[in-house]
Amino acid sequence: MTSTELTTPWERISAHWSARTWLRTAHLVTGLAVALPGAAVILGLVAAAVMLVWTVVVPVVALLLLFGVVRLLTRLQRSRFSAFLGTDIPPVPPRRLSRNPLRRLAEEARTWSAWRRLSYHLLTPLINGMGAVTVVGVWSGGLVTAAFAVRTWTAGETWHTAAFVLVSGVLLVIGPWLARGFTLLDVIAAEALLGPSVSDQLVRRVETLRESRAEVVDAADAERRRIERDLHDGTQQRLVSLAMNLGMARATLTDLPEPAHQVIVQAHEEAKLALKELRDFVRGLHPAVLNDQGLDAALSGLAARAPLPVRLDVDMPERVSPTVEAVAFFVVSEALTNIAKHAQASEAEVTVGRRDGRLQLAVFDDGLGGADPSRGSGLRGLAQRVGSVDGILIVDSPVGGPTTIRVELPCA
Amino acid sequence: MRVVLAEDSVLLREGLIRLLGSAGMHVVAAAADAGELLRAVDEHEPDLVVTDVRMPPSHTDEGLRAALVLRRQRPTLAILVLSQYVEERYATQLLSTATSGIGYLLKDRVADVTEFLDALRRVAAGGTALDPEVVAQLLLRRHSDPLDRLTRREREVLSLIAEGRSNAGIAEALVISESAVGKHINNIFTKLDLSGADKDHRRVLAVLRFLKV
Repeated sequence: MTSTELTTPWERISAHWSARTWLRTAHLVTGLAVALPGAAVILGLVAAAVMLVWTVVVPVVALLLLFGVVRLLTRLQRSRFSAFLGTDIPPVPPRRLSRNPLRRLAEEARTWSAWRRLSYHLLTPLINGMGAVTVVGVWSGGLVTAAFAVRTWTAGETWHTAAFVLVSGVLLVIGPWLARGFTLLDVIAAEALLGPSVSDQLVRRVETLRESRAEVVDAADAERRRIERDLHDGTQQRLVSLAMNLGMARATLTDLPEPAHQVIVQAHEEAKLALKELRDFVRGLHPAVLNDQGLDAALSGLAARAPLPVRLDVDMPERVSPTVEAVAFFVVSEALTNIAKHAQASEAEVTVGRRDGRLQLAVFDDGLGGADPSRGSGLRGLAQRVGSVDGILIVDSPVGGPTTIRVELPCA
Repeated sequence: MRVVLAEDSVLLREGLIRLLGSAGMHVVAAAADAGELLRAVDEHEPDLVVTDVRMPPSHTDEGLRAALVLRRQRPTLAILVLSQYVEERYATQLLSTATSGIGYLLKDRVADVTEFLDALRRVAAGGTALDPEVVAQLLLRRHSDPLDRLTRREREVLSLIAEGRSNAGIAEALVISESAVGKHINNIFTKLDLSGADKDHRRVLAVLRFLKV
């Protein structure tokens, strides 16, 4: 429908009868040819289904055929739009349909887009019919009056000739406009009814977003593991070696002057401290034991390190995805840190299990309570991490305690 | 003493060979992965194996699994496992095979040369060397049992026993007299209902109860 800028009057006039105009006319004429039989078949099938409803089989077959016809007609209409107008009607995201005909029928009947397409095929005979009749009528009218004009001119009837020329000119000028108007109407109807609806588009968008988010989360997780591995294989070993050499120097070079010995002692202590700090940091990044032995082992390490008694009950017969394991580990780690810092609890309990394809995790403590995810960055960080894999986090923490944090993570 | 060493970092491997050599131990073979370790032990029949936990090709707990295999094949072989992180789970897996001639230390401990060599010799002599960090993890975990009856001092003594120290070593570590250590140990035995005749046997039992392995 777009047109390049036209400047001179001649360009305007020639554009009027350009290829595009003829394609539009052809579009309307073929539209009628396709739409009329299509609508007839649709109406016929509906009528058959309604009239023979008592046979049960006929309406089912008729409706199955109906949806098939609708699909076929839609494909035909799309090719028509792209051939004559160069307009691509965006496709509706395909759905996987059941093999069972009855269930398939129910699924089709439930999809809103099937009914939208059906309504287009009932509506388009009107648009195309009116368009084809009007445009073809105007074109022929223009030609016929032009013929009359020639005839009257040869007969010498000047006044008649002038009138016919005028009428013919007007008809030939408004012909392209009408063709354009009706095709525009058809395109609007097709885009609204054959293309994806807003909800279809949203569904597709949500799907792509979910996929890309999962990829981002997985990538971030893989990156943490890579950093952990690099530090473990490189920096940590180097530091251990350095500390060991300093330790050897400290143990053997006892006859050095005191200041030199002091320097070695200091360097040794610094190296050991750096080693410990790096170790704590790397472990927080991604514990190696989580990779090697799974959630149970990693959590028991956490529980053992916690400065308060932690009862741990992990019932996970099989491993889940590394990302979900990492999130679960992070939740427990963060929750236990929070409990130790704020809750003043005397004990905590961690239970992990799998039910209905979801990892269910609960961290309980008998502390002060009053934990609120809307305040404090710890719980918010938890919620974000859980949300990143479409998990659910529920915090139940009345003032005065006790506190239970429940997390559900999808394992599929 | 003949030692087989398994460590994939060349830097650290060379350093350890030098360290052990300086202490009069003889490193007969140095392996870079678990398969090499198993072959080297078969070939050289060492007195002691020192192995890293994480090694190629999988870079997971290969060294630990190799240690467990070796332990099953040769129950008398002394094994010291070095690890970047000490995990209670690894410790209990190791200790489930036996508590003698076993060591499990944080790699950092290598830096404290004398103590490290001391631990090595203890393990080679059939003793235990458990990293204080593992012991601390285990200690924190065991709360609701007879161990609750122990006083803090007794607990400290017990964790040092679990690390594999002798009475003299414990006395030195806690800066108390050796006779005080003996008294504490007797109290521990009573509280844990270990009234057997053989003292060393009771020591091991106390540690076992402590570690729940």
